[in-house]
Amino acid sequence: MRRLVSDTLVIAERNLIRLPRAPELLLAFTVQPIMFLLLFRYVFGGAINTGGIPYVEFLIPGIIVQNIAFGGFVTGLGLNEDMHKGLIDRFRSLPMARPAVLAGRTLADVVTNALAVAILLVTGVIIGFVFHAPVLHIVGGIALLLVFGYAFSWVFAFVGLLVSTPEAANSVGFIFVFPLTFISSAFVPVATMPAVLRAFATVNPFTVTVDAMRELWIGVPAGNDVWGAFVWAAVILVVFAPLAVARYRHLAGR
Amino acid sequence: MAVGRDRSAEFHGDFAITVRGIAKSFGEVQALAGVDLDVTRGTVLGLLGPNGAGKTTFVRVLTTLLKPDAGTARVAGLDVVQDAGKLRRRIGLAGQYAAVDENLTGLENLTMVGRLYGEDRKAAKAQGRELLARFDLLEAAKRPAKTYSGGMRRRLDLAAALVAKPPVLFLDEPTTGLDPRARLSVWALVESLVADGTTVLLTTQYLDEADRLANTIAVIDHGRVIAEGTSDQLKDRVGGERLEVRLDDGADPEAAVRALAPMSDDPPVADGTLVKLNVRERRGSIVEAVRRLSDADVGVDDLAMRRPTLDDVFLALTGHAAEEADNEDVQSA
Repeated sequence: MRRLVSDTLVIAERNLIRLPRAPELLLAFTVQPIMFLLLFRYVFGGAINTGGIPYVEFLIPGIIVQNIAFGGFVTGLGLNEDMHKGLIDRFRSLPMARPAVLAGRTLADVVTNALAVAILLVTGVIIGFVFHAPVLHIVGGIALLLVFGYAFSWVFAFVGLLVSTPEAANSVGFIFVFPLTFISSAFVPVATMPAVLRAFATVNPFTVTVDAMRELWIGVPAGNDVWGAFVWAAVILVVFAPLAVARYRHLAGR
Repeated sequence: MAVGRDRSAEFHGDFAITVRGIAKSFGEVQALAGVDLDVTRGTVLGLLGPNGAGKTTFVRVLTTLLKPDAGTARVAGLDVVQDAGKLRRRIGLAGQYAAVDENLTGLENLTMVGRLYGEDRKAAKAQGRELLARFDLLEAAKRPAKTYSGGMRRRLDLAAALVAKPPVLFLDEPTTGLDPRARLSVWALVESLVADGTTVLLTTQYLDEADRLANTIAVIDHGRVIAEGTSDQLKDRVGGERLEVRLDDGADPEAAVRALAPMSDDPPVADGTLVKLNVRERRGSIVEAVRRLSDADVGVDDLAMRRPTLDDVFLALTGHAAEEADNEDVQSA
């Protein structure tokens, strides 16, 4: 167990050291979300009726949740790359705790996700976002984001190990996960959607999580969504972490 | 070569690696079909074979990356399945792909590996520096590995395999894709390790590499060891030295074949203006061939002794050329 912790930290550190040296990833983590934020705020924002809440306040929790879900991409792409370049073989030939390869990756994501949250929040505040909540709720919201992001790191860990190339991992992300984030309350109120989409959007974990964030940060009542969001994150984690581990074992055993 | 033979097969203290009946399949593809092999302590075994012969699979089994379906293997006195955890402390693996993190510096790579062996940060770093100095990489210690040349990367990979000072080292195609100068430097490093007593198992597609480094060569094809011996013994099986004569345009190949026939046990083969023959001895063959052809009044454009290549070994041993084999190694990579 001590080895698992120390090896996980070594791997996490490795992934954090290398991140600033991969400019394309860093760009994806900083410039791209800010660009999306600005586009939605200033291009679409004026046309979207959010029932009395300023769009910028409606948008910030939504766009942060969307971004945090994609934070796990670093893990997915990274594992895929490690597999192809033989680094996984190197790790497996070492007397290290084997789960540390996955645990270290996903732990590093938590740090980068925290950074992404900070970047988006600062940008959000600059363009007019205001918290309407006690500090405890704000902190709770950040915790929810990190837990949700951690769960998605395991989704992408599984995806990264499932597909053969980083390009394919990208496609899976953008064909399946990206629409999921849009058919939710992240950018528009679900009430405006056609019935079928609305039904889906209502149960979509993204909607549940975004609504919870709005409850926590701007005080818009969200019913049971705050607990529901934590439950969803737990469910995603419980389903995908074992899947990723099993897939890792399977691939490594070939 | 029975698969699943008696697991109590005895192991001798003189061998760093003992393999009995190791088999491994991936679905329908039988990658290893019962391999038996011994490697004497402190020597180099060269494992030769085409892509897909099972070389990489074999190395992966011996380095605990892959569980065999049948058979037993002991490395450094430890069973590759039962003692896998302990064994990982006593082996080093440098792969076909230079398995270093390109976005980490040379020193960061080695420090990470050292720490994953359980060393603390300071000790791992100090040892990393030592290895970099030994592998002539100290100046590049603080540059990301992606800025390294192919040869430097391979040296770094080799250094990473040596962090734990393993008594047994596995090198999977250590010089594939390297330029000649980089190959020579990798060869020199391997030689210095062996001089210090390390046992090395290396896979290669190059006969000259096996020639230079290996005490013993095992030829593997379709998951079996089909020949084993020293480089000279293998070459003898291929038919020894070969003389190739390129005739002048207009010269009579038939006359050349007749003139050269007494030099070989097999009749020379003419292919257009190219005449090939297996000669009994390298020494003096060129002079003799020139004399005979000149006596027969056959004009010669060029002639050369050719050493047997891996393809020749394969052709002789298996009846098929090396590149015909299927590509299992790629699948399992």
